[in-house]
Amino acid sequence: MDDLMLDGNAIAGLLREVFAVEMTTAIGTCGRCGTPGPVGAVHVYRGAGIVLRCSHCSNTLAKIVKSDSRVWIDLTGIRALEVTV
Amino acid sequence: MAGTAVPGRLTWELAELVEVIVETPHVKTIVLDVPSWPGHRAGQHVDVRLTAADGYQAERSYSIASALDGTRVTLTVQRLEDGEVSPYLTDELRPGEKIELRGPIGGYFVWEPSDGGPLMLVAGGSGVVPLMAMIRTRAAAGDDTETRLLYSSRTPDDVIYRDELELLSGNGLTVVHALTDSQPPGWTSYARRVDAEMLAEVAPSPAERPRFYSCGPTPFVEAVAEAVVRLGHDSLAIKTERFGPTGR
Repeated sequence: MDDLMLDGNAIAGLLREVFAVEMTTAIGTCGRCGTPGPVGAVHVYRGAGIVLRCSHCSNTLAKIVKSDSRVWIDLTGIRALEVTV
Repeated sequence: MAGTAVPGRLTWELAELVEVIVETPHVKTIVLDVPSWPGHRAGQHVDVRLTAADGYQAERSYSIASALDGTRVTLTVQRLEDGEVSPYLTDELRPGEKIELRGPIGGYFVWEPSDGGPLMLVAGGSGVVPLMAMIRTRAAAGDDTETRLLYSSRTPDDVIYRDELELLSGNGLTVVHALTDSQPPGWTSYARRVDAEMLAEVAPSPAERPRFYSCGPTPFVEAVAEAVVRLGHDSLAIKTERFGPTGR
């Protein structure tokens, strides 16, 4: 366990900025273990950037770096993202 | 409705401070008026942004404490001594002054009366705030969903919303306090950290399929989540909101 760990809820505002829909209820499927789950429940680590990790296998699902003018997102670790529209 | 997408990008709006309520030595409630407020659900939060004269900006998330009430939005903020945002909100901001805010945000850590129960809320310190929004929403709707709040605080003086929780108790709501560091004379409730044994005593059984919501510092929420699963509850039955080592 890491005291600095947060969950997907903590970055809901940033995700909404990027995707323009509520993302904490979106279902993401881990690219490594295949476990699906709500984005609000993934583990989140904040440093120079933001790292999202699978709550089951700790695989890196996504990395997000934000500056004043742009947001960079690496989604390599997410196999699928299901969003209610 | 859980799962309902809210279309459109979030925009920063001006919120005017209406009133400050002292809750504990370290915690204050700020009542804001947000003219453009679209409404919210219990458990959602807002992002607050402060901009310094030199353009430096600091942004923090705060849980909404109130049930839906027109354009009024209530936040309960724990003052962090080395915080960039919380000391300003709790000590500097005056009624009539404005801050920037966007929200409501989040759809996962949310409860509405139509979601049903039984509800098992587990709060560590100021983690009680979004759970209080659920309790207030339940009360405002005249809803009688069986609800239990297990609320861990350090000392009696650190208990937020103590009087209101007492008033709202009954009609299906049970509040159980745990005081970890010091207890008043004659204290008969729990005097230790929340553990599996305590949760087994306070929570409905796995057969009753309670919905768990736990909010607090990360180590607190981790301990609760592990204990809940160990007691035989479905890991999907618990929703968590962690706010890091020191509060947010």
